[in-house]
Amino acid sequence: MSRMAPHTQPILPLSLERVSYSIGPATLLQDISLTIPAGRRLLVMGANGAGKSLFLRLCHGLIDPVSGRRTWASAEPRPKAQAMVFQRPVLLRRSVAENLAYPLALDGMERAARADLVAQTLDRFGLRPMANRPARLLSGGEQQRLALARAWAMRPQILFLDEPTSALDPSATRMIEGMVAQFADEGITIVMTTHNLGQARRLAQDVAFLHRGRMIEHQAADTFFAGPETPEARAFLAGDLVW
Amino acid sequence: MDNPFVIAFGLIMQADPALMQIISLSLRVTLSAVVIACAIGLPLGAALALSRFRGKAMVIVIFNALMGLPPVVAGLVVYLLLSRSGPLGGLALLFTPTAMILAQTVLILPIIVSLTRSVVEDLWAEYQEHLLSLGAGRLQAVPTLLWDGRVSLLTGVLAGFGRASAEVGAVLIVGGNIAGHTRTMTTAITLETARGNLGLAVALGLVLLSLTLALNAAAWGAGQWAKGRLG
Amino acid sequence: MRNTRNFMIAAVSGLTLWAALPATAQEFITVASTTSTENSGLFGHILPLFQAETGIEVRVVSQGTGQALETGRRGDADVVFVHARAQEEAFVAEGYGVQRLDVMYNDFVIVGPSDDPAGLRNAATAPEAMAAIAGAGASFASRGDDSGTHVAEQTLWALAEIDPAGTWYLSTGSSMGATLNTAAQVPAYALTDRGTWLSFANRGPLEIVFEGDPVLFNPYGIILVNPDRHPHVKAEQALAFIEWITSDTGQEAIASFVVGGEQLFFPNAQ
Repeated sequence: MSRMAPHTQPILPLSLERVSYSIGPATLLQDISLTIPAGRRLLVMGANGAGKSLFLRLCHGLIDPVSGRRTWASAEPRPKAQAMVFQRPVLLRRSVAENLAYPLALDGMERAARADLVAQTLDRFGLRPMANRPARLLSGGEQQRLALARAWAMRPQILFLDEPTSALDPSATRMIEGMVAQFADEGITIVMTTHNLGQARRLAQDVAFLHRGRMIEHQAADTFFAGPETPEARAFLAGDLVW
Repeated sequence: MDNPFVIAFGLIMQADPALMQIISLSLRVTLSAVVIACAIGLPLGAALALSRFRGKAMVIVIFNALMGLPPVVAGLVVYLLLSRSGPLGGLALLFTPTAMILAQTVLILPIIVSLTRSVVEDLWAEYQEHLLSLGAGRLQAVPTLLWDGRVSLLTGVLAGFGRASAEVGAVLIVGGNIAGHTRTMTTAITLETARGNLGLAVALGLVLLSLTLALNAAAWGAGQWAKGRLG
Repeated sequence: MRNTRNFMIAAVSGLTLWAALPATAQEFITVASTTSTENSGLFGHILPLFQAETGIEVRVVSQGTGQALETGRRGDADVVFVHARAQEEAFVAEGYGVQRLDVMYNDFVIVGPSDDPAGLRNAATAPEAMAAIAGAGASFASRGDDSGTHVAEQTLWALAEIDPAGTWYLSTGSSMGATLNTAAQVPAYALTDRGTWLSFANRGPLEIVFEGDPVLFNPYGIILVNPDRHPHVKAEQALAFIEWITSDTGQEAIASFVVGGEQLFFPNAQ
């Protein structure tokens, strides 16, 4: 593999200490403390509006905590070796290959190395036949595959995924889950939100459960699924409407 | 009145050298103005979209209002600047094509800036967190947004081209309508109208219209192509 | 995308070069003159002769007389060539011009609808003709732009002791040609120089209804813009032009300019 590894300094664990986030008078995340170690698959669960997406954005550095601390092992405020895949991928109005190359160019990768890595990514993710097609004209599943491929090409140590399959059909969902599992096998730390219980059971090693902006449970997946501690999580697992 | 279509056709078929010279000058002046206005207006509009500063709303309103600046006023301002008795008189630019380019640039810059701002603002709302996630800062976002907004931006550039190629007030004042030197399609039309040669005036108008049509068709085609290719 | 980008860079550079091309690097002077002179086609006839003889290109900026004098005042022309004697003399007296020289004259005529509702054909003098228009309340289209023609018109109203006002008096605020276009549409009477009239193509129902009064005499003067006031004035080349146009050669060139078989301008340089 000709993959270069410029961001080799370990950035994990990521730790949050009593982190809160609010907009105006509304407190949207409250007093969350959590450590995300390297090499785990953490699934973030909770009802709609519980704050899962915000939590992910806060970890990724798209928003900053209003109070509390977010620290990486590498001591950078926002390390580069991380990537995020969104629920609805926003792809640039360019070709598939150019979408892959874009973040690499931003990162200052040389043209030749970039071309190598793009070619390798196209092959690995089966995107070669559509390399020159406009990314915006791909199907939903293909677009999400490209978004994952783009994230992978950025060689992250940690990958955040925000409900990456909620807009996809079952076959595309299966494909995306397979890719996430493979990434984890390669040693990429996964933090992913979902409200799909089956998906959580299939992928999770750890579970964090959010309820109204608070993290009310955080434990190993087996323990969580065997018997959650809080009534809210129990109700969620039972399929009740929780609010 | 003689049939303007016949005259226009005759003029084009003969490739009348005076007409060719007028067409060439008109295109040269207008295209140069568009290129200069884009070179300034695209980055300026994008910067305006992405920046936050006190008085931003006022700047936006001013640029929007300047889109309606009467060409004569733009011409007059440039005239007073470039006149021998004006601050830039030493450059000896009055009554030259350069002065006309300058006046048209002043005229279309607000269109380019305002449209770019609006396009880039919308695109930025859509792209902001994704670009941040991919590692782009605000400064790096500017070229990305301009390139991804190219199809919409083309509309603004065409609007600028249309305004510049159609106006007569500004180029007449700063160019002086000197035969063989600063006479453009529009000033020639004005002159022929004043001479009562309405047929020839309309014929020149038809030639101007065909040129504008051809250019717009080309730009539209390019836009469609880009849409199909790049989504 | 790289190809597209390269293409765009090439296109932009090409355009910029094209725009930056130097204008003809030849010797030239700038003459501020009136639209009526330009519209008549006189310059197209005489300037090539001058250029062939001296190699000096004359760039004529045609404006209204007021604007042409202002152009000279600001130093934006080397020579002023207009027809409004009093204003020209003031221009020289204020020190903007060096000296006013007679070049030629043409005359004004009054045009109007061929059925002549105000009966101008019966008038003996120009002021009498103007009084007939006002008396009949017949439409009259005025330049209204402080041009030489407009000044001449105002002189005629003053001689007739009439203050023109009312719905019949149309002040167009535009060039001679535009005013004649208006007059042809209304239809209305109008005062015009014979040169513009003879080369004017869109006459409609208009024809000459009054001419020949000596008061309609329209003299053209030429003035060198004062190099003491505007040092960049190309005095040497400008003087060459002034000398040429007032010389026998220049005067013959003016006399030989004919439209529709009629001589438009009559040389009168001393």
